[in-house]
Amino acid sequence: MSEQTKAGATITVEIWRGREDGHFDSFSVPHEEKQTILDVVTYIQRRIDPTVSYRFACRIGMCGSCAMMVNGAPRWTCRTHASKVLKDGKIRLQPLRNLPVIKDLVTDMTVFFDKWQKAGGRFEPSQPGSQEFAEVSPESKERAAASAGIECIGCGVCYAACDVVAWNPDYLGPAQLNRAWTLVNDVRDADRKGHLAAVAVDAGCHACHSHQNCTRYCPKSLNPTASIAGLKRATMTAALKGDL
Amino acid sequence: MNRNWPTRNHPTYWAFVLHRVSGLGLALFLPAHFYVLALALKGEAALDSFLRWTEYPMVKIAETGLVILLAIHMAGGLRLLALEFLPWRDWQKTLIAAASGFALMVGLVFLLRAY
Ligand code: SF4
Ligand code: SF4
Ligand code: FES
Repeated sequence: MSEQTKAGATITVEIWRGREDGHFDSFSVPHEEKQTILDVVTYIQRRIDPTVSYRFACRIGMCGSCAMMVNGAPRWTCRTHASKVLKDGKIRLQPLRNLPVIKDLVTDMTVFFDKWQKAGGRFEPSQPGSQEFAEVSPESKERAAASAGIECIGCGVCYAACDVVAWNPDYLGPAQLNRAWTLVNDVRDADRKGHLAAVAVDAGCHACHSHQNCTRYCPKSLNPTASIAGLKRATMTAALKGDL
Repeated sequence: MNRNWPTRNHPTYWAFVLHRVSGLGLALFLPAHFYVLALALKGEAALDSFLRWTEYPMVKIAETGLVILLAIHMAGGLRLLALEFLPWRDWQKTLIAAASGFALMVGLVFLLRAY
């Protein structure tokens, strides 16, 4: 044990087991100062119960695969220190909210990525096959708006935090709409109208209540609410001009 | 599983809840409002006796609540319009505080004038 260990301190970790129906299993894990939630789960799986299922890949906040509910809030677990989220020496882990559970801490992200397509999250090149660099001024308004939303790692944290997703399973979702907004602002994209049409649907951008749960929890500090507000304005303007 | 998500405990979510609750409250009040207006059709006496009832202090206080609901709903609506139709601003909390302050002020002014 490292010197950072508070002598003998342990954390009680409750982990969801099973699918939608299931129960919590409780584990006792030695507390280390710089340990992340992912470290905690890995400790349990490697040393106590090898049947615990969870997901991770990069361990450095890039791949977006390790998100789960930590004491009720969605978090990227590889970059969340246990000491920051401990509540009375306890940590309760559940699979990401708003997604079907496969087993334990593993959710089925299929809907999440299908909605990415539904929201028109695909780049449509205006000059397919072109070998030239497209010139986009970093100072332009469009580039700034796209840059603000481009660092999404697809972790699903915002999707789990969003109440509108919980209330309306068809709702396209914060990450998806945020992606659409970056494309609407991509001057190289050929289908602005198509992108706007994809999000101007019933369960699209106008269904967002601006709660800002997404913005509050996005580990990359993105602001999906602002992107969605942008889409609301853009679709409105397009509709008034008769473009939609 | 869990039902009380801590993800809801922050100012912009409270703003949403207040807006929804005040909206529902006003919607419930609306039929009563129409009923009283309809009294006018039945003749002066019916309306007048009702209006005399509204002079009681308790009724005045209840009315103040109504005015505050209305102010909350209006200020909250303006906040949303600003949020969604003007370019994004990061001083949301100030906007919420301004909206609540405005709602409270309208209520108090009404109360002062009522007595
Ligand atoms: S701001 Fe919109 S997308 Fe974000 S959590 Fe709220 S309803 Fe969901
Ligand atoms: S917007 Fe943020 S929270 Fe949502 S998927 Fe992307 S990185 Fe994760
Ligand atoms: S493991 Fe890749 S983001 Fe956490």
